[in-house]
Amino acid sequence: MQSRKAEFFKGARDTLPLIIGAIPFGIIFGTLSAGAGLSIAGTMGMSLFVFAGSSQFIAMGMVAAGTAWPMIVLTTFVVNFRHLLYTATLLPYLQKLPRRWQALLAFGLTDETFVISVGRWCQGDDSPHKRWYQLGSMVFMYSNWNLCTAVGIVAGQMLKGIGGWGLDFAMVAAFIGMVLPYLKDRPNYCAVLVAGVSSLVFHGLPHQLGLIVAALLGVAGGVLADGLLASKPVRAVKEQGE
Amino acid sequence: MTNLQTLCLVGGMCVVTFGIRYVLLPFSGRIRLSPQVQRALGYVPPAVLTAIIVPMSLMPGGQGLNLSLHNSYLVGALATVLIGWIGKNLLITIVGGMSVFLAWQWVLSAGVL
Repeated sequence: MQSRKAEFFKGARDTLPLIIGAIPFGIIFGTLSAGAGLSIAGTMGMSLFVFAGSSQFIAMGMVAAGTAWPMIVLTTFVVNFRHLLYTATLLPYLQKLPRRWQALLAFGLTDETFVISVGRWCQGDDSPHKRWYQLGSMVFMYSNWNLCTAVGIVAGQMLKGIGGWGLDFAMVAAFIGMVLPYLKDRPNYCAVLVAGVSSLVFHGLPHQLGLIVAALLGVAGGVLADGLLASKPVRAVKEQGE
Repeated sequence: MTNLQTLCLVGGMCVVTFGIRYVLLPFSGRIRLSPQVQRALGYVPPAVLTAIIVPMSLMPGGQGLNLSLHNSYLVGALATVLIGWIGKNLLITIVGGMSVFLAWQWVLSAGVL
């Protein structure tokens, strides 16, 4: 059985590739503050207290566009609403934990930590220390995110053009790396295909609502494909694939 | 933005984000997820991530579809998929994809294409 410490560091280590992807993303977030008109305290405060990368980026863009703060908070709600699905996914595992642990792990439930730790929770062994795995992932992500934000704030003051380098592509690369392992059966292909197409179709919806719509349609696509495939004899499905 | 507005913004974002991530947990003792719902939730990660990636790659900057070779996000994304497909290693996928993206941006800015 793994000790707490071993689980903690295993969680941190398994998150390392995603940390590499988050580094340029965090730095670029910090650099944007210079041009967007958000104070250094506000920028750092977002990384320290909100800790949700993509919504921080969107908020920064809205600050730059002069949007009123209640609208930005509303948009944050829509953009981060997907995390409700994350909590729902982890519910069977997290519901056994003490309240304090629940709050702590909920605070750090980023896309990256969710995807990494859901893999650990689903493993068959009944280690009582899996929570430490998720904590390790989240602490590593959190320290890195805040360090990178700080580096970015400093870099933004020194290198004025850094915002145009396209470092935000690191997020695309990291997320692609996270999706690929899921593409192992047809329902998952279907979920990804539907989510991808609908994200383009509904992109124009206000307050980034398109993201939620596309995600829900993607899940529906996966469920539908799952149901259709399950109702057919296995051999017929196999023949189709070859 | 004034200091007060900044405080409201960060405070509001914090409450909203933590609230979403936490709200189900206190009630979790009373929530029973059926196997069907649990299986549906299994499609959440790929669906959500794809819904974020696709517009970023095909509509960089929020403007209309850009399916040309001048879109380095698209070229970078395709390269990342290819590298990930072959290599099956997360670190190589991210670093490789990022390298192709930056190299392609350099090629574009050098005016080769």
